[in-house]
Amino acid sequence: MTSDGNGPVERGPVGPDETPDPDETVASPVAERVLTPGGGESDLADGEWHRLHPATPLLRGGIGLLAIAGILAANLRDRIIEFFLQFEERDPIDEIIDRGLLLPGLAIAIAVLGVGILGFWLAWRMREFRVTDEVVELRSGILFRTQRRARLDRVQGINIVRPLVPRVFGTARLEISVAGNDAGVKLDYLGSAAADRLRTDVLDLASGAQRRAPASDAGAGPGPGGVVGRRVGELLAPELSREEAARSSVVHVSVSRLLGSLVLRDSTLLLLLLLVAGVVWIVSTDSWFVLFGLIPSLIGLAGFIARRFSRSLRYTIAGSESGIRIGSGLASTRNETLPPGRIHSIEISQPLLWRIAGWWQIRITRAASMKDQDGSGNDNVVLPVGDITDVRRVLDLLMPGTPGSELDEMLATGLTGASHPSESAALYVTTPARGRLWRPFSWRRNGVALHDRHLLLRKGRIWRSLIVVPLARMQGVSVHQGPLYRPTRLAHVRAHIVAGPVVASVGALDADDAVGVFERVLVGAERAAVADDSHRWKSNPVPDAETRPGPDLESPGARPEKETL
Amino acid sequence: MASRLELPDVEWRRVSSKLIAVELIGAAISIVGMVAAAVALFLFGIGIPALILGVLAVSSLVTAAFIPRRVRAYGYALREDDMLFRRGLLFQRFVAVPYGRLQLVDINRGPLARAFGLSELKLVTAAATTAVTIPGLTEDDAVRLRDHLVDVAESRRVGL
Repeated sequence: MTSDGNGPVERGPVGPDETPDPDETVASPVAERVLTPGGGESDLADGEWHRLHPATPLLRGGIGLLAIAGILAANLRDRIIEFFLQFEERDPIDEIIDRGLLLPGLAIAIAVLGVGILGFWLAWRMREFRVTDEVVELRSGILFRTQRRARLDRVQGINIVRPLVPRVFGTARLEISVAGNDAGVKLDYLGSAAADRLRTDVLDLASGAQRRAPASDAGAGPGPGGVVGRRVGELLAPELSREEAARSSVVHVSVSRLLGSLVLRDSTLLLLLLLVAGVVWIVSTDSWFVLFGLIPSLIGLAGFIARRFSRSLRYTIAGSESGIRIGSGLASTRNETLPPGRIHSIEISQPLLWRIAGWWQIRITRAASMKDQDGSGNDNVVLPVGDITDVRRVLDLLMPGTPGSELDEMLATGLTGASHPSESAALYVTTPARGRLWRPFSWRRNGVALHDRHLLLRKGRIWRSLIVVPLARMQGVSVHQGPLYRPTRLAHVRAHIVAGPVVASVGALDADDAVGVFERVLVGAERAAVADDSHRWKSNPVPDAETRPGPDLESPGARPEKETL
Repeated sequence: MASRLELPDVEWRRVSSKLIAVELIGAAISIVGMVAAAVALFLFGIGIPALILGVLAVSSLVTAAFIPRRVRAYGYALREDDMLFRRGLLFQRFVAVPYGRLQLVDINRGPLARAFGLSELKLVTAAATTAVTIPGLTEDDAVRLRDHLVDVAESRRVGL
């Protein structure tokens, strides 16, 4: 990585006015940043305290509060007046005027309004953040001050979320998540362009790269003239800036495939079957009242599918120099950046009916779990649905530095394979024939393999899945044997990873094999840990670091990682 | 049982045998409590719960008989790159935690264990499932082990 950040790291077309002079940048990076084009905002990652977007109070629930207050007032007005004034007939405003209370009444109303506005304004004033070289800090609260500080080298991902209303206002929420349960800093809301720039800066700082020129400070870029045009452009672009939009996603999920994948889910189908059975039963027994019980579940199902659908719509995934970019959403969009080495496990799985279409899903485990405001966090899903070539492309991004041939082999043997005498039996350690009782269908498949930097767990004949655990991220490993396994000398191996949707364990292995795997995994984990430098992923200047993991990642060494094994 | 799990070439350190006494006393207390409750319930004429408690007491008595063996089954080993821990007779479990993954080390002392001068060492990693708790260490051992582990972990820290 060239620390002065000229030229090569730039992605996409750059206008001449945006290409910084390297010398000047090195001399005075801050001054250069302040003068960046695109809205004239000074840079937010300069270590000073900044406030959020002025519309924040409204967007963070102010609108809702006002609406609720209005509805309450409209509905309860008569009651309240009746209660206080013991009066029913006349219009309350007339009554107030008649009693000569107009001025005090107005004063009270204005005072209440003023206090509310003052409160929101103060809350906005007191909510400040700063980004230094080491940490991101957010302090907020009027009476009860809270201060949150997230270390940049522990950044697990940066998420730009744009719910519909803030999006219309041209703002976005920036979520910087760090390891831990609901740990992280949420900056809501920032201007879209500012959020995008801040993301780039935070990633740069977190990567351990030297402070460098605002290479990607293009922000909204040369939008089609004027504020309105830029706003419309931001609204329509699948990702924040045009520069990002231009970057091609390696996977395209069509709407029909997305719909099909939702319908063919086991749970959806089960529910549909139940519904059909219910309807048949209602019609045959003429007990229509049961319908009232069915309707809510129908609505629930429809809502679930609609939510899943809208969340996965316009899904994009692409590599960038600072990690994987995943974007999705139609009305509310989210765009997440996963720095390298933050993935604790990858699960490629296939619900039963997806087999017809040959689809797969990829989920990952991460150390950070950000609670989502709009319900269940779906952000563990990296690939909502895709065929085998899509899976291959996404794995390229998720496992940078793994040779393409190894990936091919991994997919070929891991997804559908089973150990047959013809196959190289050395690859996967599988359940011995005497363990057939415990894995009646999948015993040939059920197994574990150790690669240079990854542990692979292959499971399931009916519900197939392949779990990949990067050894550098593994927290521990264990072998178990219970009384049922003991007579047949079987054992259970489990790789301990951070809590998440994936459980990396495989049972019914030969006991000696299991112990062997246990020992080998430990050796591999130690080597991987020594070789791992992803927490400051750009701090070691490596000549070929410019080869960022992209769609065409065939070259090993895209990440500065030592080949040890 | 010849078919038990065993790791080759590991010299296990055992926990203090005083732990047997601690666990026995604990089991005795709970059994006595259960029996007393069962008798009381029976005298009040509440038959079924009394029976259940009685069965529980008997089963506790049976498991208490295995306490010495179970305590001797605890073991830990400090190896070059990782710490090993084993436990369990019927359900055997071996866990290894590479030093670099340790996030923090806890020392806990229960009232009974403290009376015998014992401590419990708990290793915490980023994975909730690792759950390594070494009981029955003497207090000196526990402190020494903790300091050692924290030192080693610090020098080999791996990012999350």
